[in-house]
Formats: sequence, C-alpha cells, structure tokens
Amino acid sequence: MHPILSTVLQRLALGVLTLFFVSVIIFSSIEFLPGDFTQAVLGQTATEETVAAFRREIGLDQPAYLRYFDWIGSLAQGDLGTSFSGRAASGVDRSRPVVDLVAPRLANTLFLASMTAIIAVPLALTLGITAALYRGSVYDRVVNALTLTTISMPEFLVAYILILLFASLNPWFPSLANVTTDTPFWERVHKCTLPSLTLTMVIVAHMMRMTRAAIINLLASPYIEMARLKGLSPARVILKHALPNAWAPIANVIAFNLAYLVVGVVVVEVVFVYPGIGQLMVDAVTTRDIPVVQACALIFASTYILLNLTADIISIVTNPRLLHPR
Amino acid sequence: MSDSPQTYSAKDEVGQVRARRTRWQRAKIELKKAPLTAWFGMIVISIYVFIAVFAPLLAPFGEAEVTPVPYAPWSSEHVFGTDQIGRDILSRLIYGARNTMGIAFLTTCLAFIVGGGLALTAAITRGFVDQIISRAVDVLMAIPPLIFALMLLSIFGSSIPSLIIIIALLDSTRVFRLTRAVAMNVVVMEYVEAAKLRGEKLGWVMRREILPNILPPLVAEFGLRFSFVFLTIAALSFLGVGIQPPTADWGSMVRDNASLIQFAQYDFKAGITPLLPASAIALLTIAVNFVVDWFLMKTSGLRDEF
Repeated sequence: MHPILSTVLQRLALGVLTLFFVSVIIFSSIEFLPGDFTQAVLGQTATEETVAAFRREIGLDQPAYLRYFDWIGSLAQGDLGTSFSGRAASGVDRSRPVVDLVAPRLANTLFLASMTAIIAVPLALTLGITAALYRGSVYDRVVNALTLTTISMPEFLVAYILILLFASLNPWFPSLANVTTDTPFWERVHKCTLPSLTLTMVIVAHMMRMTRAAIINLLASPYIEMARLKGLSPARVILKHALPNAWAPIANVIAFNLAYLVVGVVVVEVVFVYPGIGQLMVDAVTTRDIPVVQACALIFASTYILLNLTADIISIVTNPRLLHPR
Repeated sequence: MSDSPQTYSAKDEVGQVRARRTRWQRAKIELKKAPLTAWFGMIVISIYVFIAVFAPLLAPFGEAEVTPVPYAPWSSEHVFGTDQIGRDILSRLIYGARNTMGIAFLTTCLAFIVGGGLALTAAITRGFVDQIISRAVDVLMAIPPLIFALMLLSIFGSSIPSLIIIIALLDSTRVFRLTRAVAMNVVVMEYVEAAKLRGEKLGWVMRREILPNILPPLVAEFGLRFSFVFLTIAALSFLGVGIQPPTADWGSMVRDNASLIQFAQYDFKAGITPLLPASAIALLTIAVNFVVDWFLMKTSGLRDEF
C-alpha cells in the first residue's frame, strides 16, 4: 500500500477510536449523577409511580452497556433523547426532544463560526506570513505586541470593550445579537458583527503567532538557505521552495484555531445573548438538564476531534517527503 | 603534614575555599539583569498577592456587605460605586483577588501533584502502566476543556470544591504530557539506573533523582497553567456556573454588572465599571506571561526572536 494511504488510514482509525471513547465518557457522565436526581427533575412532590416511570423511560432499569448501545444507536438516527426540563411531579410531560432544541441553535452557531472564519483566516495568514517575512521590523513588533495583548485578555473583556466602543458610546451595532430563524441575511450579519469581531480578535492573535512561528521555522531550514545562496529571487524561494512545505503547518494552524473557536464561541454567545449552541449548553448546565448537556458536549467534542483529524490528514497528504517513498 | 611555600600541594589547592555566592546573591544579580517586562510582571504579581493576603484590612466594606444604594455612582464613599444589590465594588474587587487567585492557585497545585505524579510514575515504570495512562490522557485531551468542565459541573453541581477538583483533573492531563516528555529524557540517565539498582523506592527516585533535573520547565509550566486555570475559572464564573455568590469573584462580577455598560454614553465611569474586574484578570495574565517568558529565556536559552 502507498505509505500516504496507510498513514491516513491509521490516523482515521485512531480518530474513530477516540470518538468512541469520548462518546463513552460523555454517556457515562449520567452514571455519576446522585441517586436523587429524578426528584430534582420531577420536583419534591413526585409520587413513587412517576419517579419509577421516569426511571424506566430513561432506561435506568437496564444495565449501562445496553443503554449505551441504545443511546448511540438512536444517535446515529438523529435522535438525541428527550430533555429533562418541562417535566412535572404530577407526571405531566411537556418535555421536548433534544434535537428540536439543538438543531436551530447549531445552525446559528455555525453561521457565527463561519462568518468569523471567513474574516479571521485570511487576515491571520496575511499578518503571520508578512510578519515572518519582515521579521524584526517595526511592523512585526507592532503586530506582535498587539496580538500578545489580546491573547492575555479573557474573551469577555474583548467583547465588552467592543460593546463599549461600538454599541454604547457609538451606537453603530446592536449589543444583543438576538437573531431568529426569519431574520434577513444582512440584518443577521449586522447583528453578528460584534460577536464575530470578538472571536476574530481572539483567534487571529493565536493564528497569526502560530503562522509566524511556523514560517520562521521553515525559512530557517537548510534547503531555503541553499536556494537563497544559489541566487534565486526571493519570490521564487517563497513560492517554489517554501510554500509546498508550508501547507502542512498552515493547515494545522487553521484547524487548531477553528477548534479553538468551538470553545471560544460559548463565552461570546453568552455575552451577546446569541441563540447558539454554547448558550444552550450553559443554560442546560445551570438547570442540570443532562440530555441537552450531553448532546451539546458530544457536538462540541466531535467537531473538535474532526477538525484536529482533518489537520493531521492534510499535513500527511501535503507532505512532499511522503510523496516519494524510499 | 608540613608544607613549605616552595612546594606545590594539590591538597591545598583543592582545600582553598572559593567564596561562592549565596543563592540570594545570585538571585540578586539575575534580577538586576531582568528586562523591564519581567520587572513589570513581578511588581504586578507582588501587588496582587499583597492585596489578596491583606484583603480584610484594605477593603473599606465587607465582602458581602450590602449598603442601602444599589448601582451607586463613583463617589468618595464608594470609589467604584456599588453593584446591583448595593455591595461596594472596590471591596469586592479586593476580596475577589483573594478568592479568584486562591482558588486558581490551589487548583494549579492539585493539577501538578496529580499530573506530575502520574507522569513520573509512567516515565519510571514505563511498560503497560505508561501505555494505559498515556492513552487515557490522549482521550481526555480530545475533549475541549471548557466543554468538559461544563459537562462535569452539570453533574456534580457548582460548588468550590468540585470546581477545584474538576479543573485540576482536566489541567493535570496537560501537566502530564509535559512532565512525561521531559522526564523521559532524564529516566534513561545512568544515575537513575544506579538509584534503581540501589533499591531505592519509586517515590525516592521521583523526588531525589528526577524532579530536580526537570524543575525549570515545570516551574515555567506552573506559571502558564496558573494563568490558564485562572482564565478558565473566570470564564466559568462569568457563565454563572463557577464560583457562586455571595463569594466575590472577578468573573461573576463582570456578569453581574455587565448591564451598566449600556449607560456609558451618559455616565462613562459607570460604563467602564464592569471592565474593571475583567481588566484585573487580563493584567494578572499578562504579568504572569511576562515573568514566565523571562524565566524560560533564562533557564533554557530558548528565545522567541524579537
């Protein structure tokens, strides 16, 4: 088998295995709930029968491994279970399927994340590559100092500074990003400006620094020096010699930071009261609505794993050294 | 043994005691050479620690003391005004230093004890113990920490002990990775082998043979971990699932006073009140990063080209 193919397959298998273990961890979290959680969900006045029925419904009368397969099976069919909220002690059940809660919010989050990525990725790469090429110049120093400062700030500080400047002192953008499904596209973009600007600032800083380090590292390698010494033009050195080897680190940097975006989105959504999946998760954590928390955690974790996996595979596929096996 | 001035005595030369600098003197020399950023960092950290230790003496009001006027503006009585139920913001900022930093410090220590201990055990014993722990850590690290923390908090509830334990466990995986990597280079040394052959116990080999040799990167990591933990706790408290009221904490203070920012047009001072605790968080993180940068440069000779 071609070495690239076998390495990729190996990596994919490892990724699937990781996903499996992560799903087991997320599933088994419910096992650690204290025994009285049914009462907490149903209320103090719940009768024996309601509690028993509820326990039967979430399958607590079955062994854990059976429930896991049940859970993962219905997950594969797009059924994420039923929310804990909306249940009453009297046995009235107004709870909603988790999918109905998650799906519209997931779309919102993806909108915010892609809007951020479209701005942040080209910006960060340009800044990073130019800073690496003009290393030590005033430009490099300024960009570095700025990014170092934004890295050290918690996301909510960046968010509130932006709100203070662009929503409160100069009312150009709304400070609440309360979009609904029928918000027109451009209004949605307008409302999402500040949240996505916050996320952009946070991840551009990381991405730019990592790109810069990767490029500097690359430019220091012997074959680049050789190309320079043989008198090639700088453009040719960059395009023919540096770039083919730069794809792998750059892809890594992008995927790593998009994975970081997954986490950063939680805090930013709460600041701007954006109806995304991060906000949903935080709400579910405060009300201890475990099925919703599990679903959100699974979505976040699998996105994170898949992005890292993609980065790994891209860096394997684009590695020129693997193209010519010895 | 008598020796005349003409003869050379090796014993004498060896016996001559060279006045060695004491630790304190060496530290002083290093400090003199420290760059401005490192000095800035150290001064900021000492001020924070001072405030945290002497919080009850410095704060004009009690931690949860409610005064009659909620949302009072900045005045001589309440320097930064009061919050939504009339607690003095300055006092809560001061107590917040104690709570937020104390909890973050405890968490980091716990993470290092657990992560470092496991890593050294894995590095020394190797074999299947190492395999099992390493793979388990790989899986745990595949879940984003904030998400993992949120999930665990929803199960165990948001109390300070569970917060400390959960974050410490999550961060110990990162500590484990680093410690194992640096310890692997040391465990193959002959003196470790010699100690093992001497029949020293696992704990002794860890403490006396390996730990002193891997200390510098660990100390730097401690600083970085501390600022990560600090930011995570602040984020969780900001989300309302971290440190719970009435305990003063910077993250939840931002959350409680966030609505004030809407009034910045009318009263600028009130508008920036919620930014105060947030800036306190950022300033400490920057300070710790500066010091860690300098320390890394000092101990490893590594240097980012600036």
